[in-house]
Amino acid sequence: MSEKELVRFQIDGLEVEAEKGQMLLPVALEYGFEIPHLCYHEAVSPYGACRLCLVEVTKGGRTRMTTSCNYPVDAGIEVATATENVLRARRMILEMLLARAPHSETILTMARSAGIEETRFPIIDDADGCILCGLCERVCREVVGANAITFVNRGDKREMAPPFWDPMACIACGACVYVCPTDCIKMEEQGDERTIVRWKRTLKMQPCKSCGKPFAPQFQLNWIVDRVQLPKDFFELCPVCRKQKK
Amino acid sequence: MTGAQLEKILKKHDNQSSNILAILQDIQASENYLPRKTLEEVSQRLLVPLTQIYHLATFYRTFSLTPRGRHVVTVCTGTACHVKGAASILNNLERELKVQPGETTTNKEYTLETVNCLGSCALAPLVVIDGTYHGRMLGTTVLSMLKGEKKGASKKS
Repeated sequence: MSEKELVRFQIDGLEVEAEKGQMLLPVALEYGFEIPHLCYHEAVSPYGACRLCLVEVTKGGRTRMTTSCNYPVDAGIEVATATENVLRARRMILEMLLARAPHSETILTMARSAGIEETRFPIIDDADGCILCGLCERVCREVVGANAITFVNRGDKREMAPPFWDPMACIACGACVYVCPTDCIKMEEQGDERTIVRWKRTLKMQPCKSCGKPFAPQFQLNWIVDRVQLPKDFFELCPVCRKQKK
Repeated sequence: MTGAQLEKILKKHDNQSSNILAILQDIQASENYLPRKTLEEVSQRLLVPLTQIYHLATFYRTFSLTPRGRHVVTVCTGTACHVKGAASILNNLERELKVQPGETTTNKEYTLETVNCLGSCALAPLVVIDGTYHGRMLGTTVLSMLKGEKKGASKKS
């Protein structure tokens, strides 16, 4: 097997090294540069939706602003992470995000640290906090493989939703809840039922054979057993009891 | 849509998931909309997640997820047509057909739609009835055309 090609380039004047074709944002983060980002997650493919990870890249004498999360690094490029241009663009983006998700702690904190107190844009009245970053959809599709939600419609009517608003493929695993940068997807557990509020999906949970506590949705467990072809009784015990048994 | 009809469409496109858009277009052409049941069947047959099909079906304006009327009336509301009075044509139609853009009359005769530009601005204001372009329209002309739609239909063929 041939070794992967390494390339050398500069970030804010610092000489760095990375595998060719790797995306710029993870490399910069690795080297300790602080680049704000919302729609990037190392577990899924980059999407470039939130636009916060903008940087200036100089390549072959030309400088342009680009999102670093989906910019493959190349030898000899010069990256500037915090020029006046970049900071101004980021502030504008933050103001727009703030109008969409006025109650998101993450965005409020980011905005404050960028010196923004309030947005100049009208706050969307029924703002539910979703910034359409698509992270939940990518996690659902690429990591979980459940394919329960997708972008629906386009333009100003774009939203994240299960097909026909019928969340039949959702296994209520909560991966989207975990990954949502604005915490606009909520999960509730009541008795032996788990609900993903945003997708209106409620599933009955399986009780543990040993301690009797419901620990995961039956639908989800059957789905996993089916996909990985595990023995039918594989999920009889909750994770805690299983550990003790060992 | 019957199983045999869908079978024919899928076969025409070699059961290839990469031809999904063409398949959806064929279903739309035959049914005038994309029935949920058919989409679910396509998803199962081609092993394409329903999410992906739904994403496409809602992204493109050609596709409709609700049954459309026998006649589709599309009013262009692009800049040139707007200036030339598209709004009043649309108003006329809304009042007469008692539907909003995107809706279908209760007798399933007409579906009213708007489009942002058809690229024939010299003919503004433009109305498309069942795929036939009619330029320099007036609200009243459109209405009389719809009433005598048999004439219009024969003209088309």
